[in-house]
Amino acid sequence: MTRLDALRSVYDQLAQRVVVTIMGAVAAELQSIGHRPNFFYLQHAMGLASSMGLGIALSRPELSVIVLDGDGSVLMNLGGLTTMARYRPKNLLHVVFDNESLLSVGGFPTATSTGSDIAGIARAAGVPRASTVQSIEGFARAVEDALVAEELRTIVAKVEAAGPSRYVTDLALLENRFQFQRYLQSEGSKM
Amino acid sequence: MPPVSTSSSRLIYDALKACGVRLISALPETWLVHLIRMADEDPEMTLVRLAKEEEGVGISAGAHLAGVKSAMLMQNHGFLVAVNGIVSCAQLYRIPLLILISHRGSFGERDPWQTEGGGVTEDLLHALRIAYDRLDEPSHVAHRISEAQTLAYSSNKPVALLLCRDLMWEP
Repeated sequence: MTRLDALRSVYDQLAQRVVVTIMGAVAAELQSIGHRPNFFYLQHAMGLASSMGLGIALSRPELSVIVLDGDGSVLMNLGGLTTMARYRPKNLLHVVFDNESLLSVGGFPTATSTGSDIAGIARAAGVPRASTVQSIEGFARAVEDALVAEELRTIVAKVEAAGPSRYVTDLALLENRFQFQRYLQSEGSKM
Repeated sequence: MPPVSTSSSRLIYDALKACGVRLISALPETWLVHLIRMADEDPEMTLVRLAKEEEGVGISAGAHLAGVKSAMLMQNHGFLVAVNGIVSCAQLYRIPLLILISHRGSFGERDPWQTEGGGVTEDLLHALRIAYDRLDEPSHVAHRISEAQTLAYSSNKPVALLLCRDLMWEP
């Protein structure tokens, strides 16, 4: 499965949800399908996308939050899995695209290529349910189930180590940041 | 229990509450025990106990964008650990952070292992161009915390307060 196809398979589900992604291929590919004001791309600070998602989920329990993470980023913040699991917000879904490599910096293989199992680590950290999926159908079904489950879940999607030809898009970092903040404000005013 | 000042901790906590802080991230440190306990016992406060201080930058950034005011409690070494997140998340994306650093390793420090981190903290704050002030006197606490937060929000940048020995330690 490619990450781009996986993103396409759940894109419609992201419409009314708060989405926080990591840098690099995930951000560029989601934007290539179509940017929305409820998408925030953390273009640096590797590892902290899941922490940001946790901060939003704890601050706004009425919103559904999805983090689109990667194996390299998760491995940089394994402690964050224990924090996420400790507070296990019901409105948070943690998706990890695992291509077993740091693709955007040349494909350096990560430890998931030598057997480290992120879903296993998440389970052991205390995430109520964590699974690994290998196919588009499996991924789409896992996301659909998780979004109605009302519990914190981690879904590890094994994807090919292939990405876009370039990572810089025409969406400025601060434009994205303030647009996203305004989206969250406007969601609050609807309450 | 070590002689950490309960009254100064209360002053700091009440000042944070008065500024509208509703989420605090923290890692335990001797000088912070009362502050963390106060946050834990306060039903109006969300206390997030971290594994590592850098996570707190992400959590505070998320809270800010979601409309919740937060503060981060850490020791000098927690600040050292959080630097990449401060630069590559908070500064890159212009996120206000209210960082309270228990300032160990200054004159009077008896723990040998605390004697390096304190010495580099202010230089590092300067290098990162993070505005900061010291909290060393109970009468300054409420005012300086409020003003620090005001600058954080007007500038959309991190600010720091150093919780100093004279304030945090009972004589």
